[in-house]
Amino acid sequence: MARVVVDVMLKPEILDPQGQAVQRALPRLGFEGISDVRQGKRFELEVAGPLDEAALTRIREMAETFLANTVIEDFTVKVEDVDGAKAES
Amino acid sequence: MTARVGVVTFPGTLDDRDTQRAVRVAGMEAVPLWHRDKDLKQVDAVVLPGGFSYGDYLRAGAISRFSPVMESIIEQAKAGMPVLGICNGFQVLTETHLLPGAMLRNNHLHFICRDQKLRVENADTAWTSSYESGQEISIPLKNIDGRYVAEERVLDELEAEGRVVVRYIGGGLGGYPLEERRNPNGSLRDIAGITNAAGNVVGLMPHPEHAVEPLVGTGRTDGLGFFTSILKKLVTA
Repeated sequence: MARVVVDVMLKPEILDPQGQAVQRALPRLGFEGISDVRQGKRFELEVAGPLDEAALTRIREMAETFLANTVIEDFTVKVEDVDGAKAES
Repeated sequence: MTARVGVVTFPGTLDDRDTQRAVRVAGMEAVPLWHRDKDLKQVDAVVLPGGFSYGDYLRAGAISRFSPVMESIIEQAKAGMPVLGICNGFQVLTETHLLPGAMLRNNHLHFICRDQKLRVENADTAWTSSYESGQEISIPLKNIDGRYVAEERVLDELEAEGRVVVRYIGGGLGGYPLEERRNPNGSLRDIAGITNAAGNVVGLMPHPEHAVEPLVGTGRTDGLGFFTSILKKLVTA
């Protein structure tokens, strides 16, 4: 069985106050040396049927129309085998 | 014939009752619409009220966009039916791409709830014709995902075509930092509400439906104009 991981991140030009708040908290907690933090979302999709090109196309469509709002966010789709091997898609 | 205005209820909608009341106060019939129902019951216009539809899961408005009632509303809006999105309703309208841009977390990360001064920039839309262009009004603002963003190109286009409907001009109380008093959430170009090119679809973050009677809200009736505008539009149509 295959797992597809969709990562969604705010576009670089969009202000991310949540990431900034995390970054500002780091030195207070003793974590030094982090100059920037940006926060995103990760979706793990367990694919029931075969993970062929058609299935991947549907998943990319899903990411583009629903999981990400491409007005403000970029996304990547990665296939991950159950044994942990990764392949860029 | 009475003008009939549909008010949609999604799971998590909060302001449907106030919106129905505002519609009635303006002299129209309020028709409740249910999110799972594609039937718009032959209404003349639709309001998407505020709240946290579907818990704002994924992104505010993202899941509501795919509800059956929205299918019909998107189709009708494209055919010219007047649609007003308030707060969460505005978020739904950007997610459906009936309006450009997107709404994000307030720049200061706090939920905000206060009376907000606005300038009506465009008094020619279906929902703002009762106001004068340049008129200043004060209505409640309450949200956490109120920061309007869009590409520079889109913002320029909105400005050039007069599609910024209302703009934040301050009014925040003394306790707020200076910048926040003017612009409560970091919205680009102080944009509080916009319209589509045709002027039938309008979205705004502040709440006109909470300021239609002197007893509640800001103590003024500055929000009533959105509802009397649509009445005027519908009875003269």
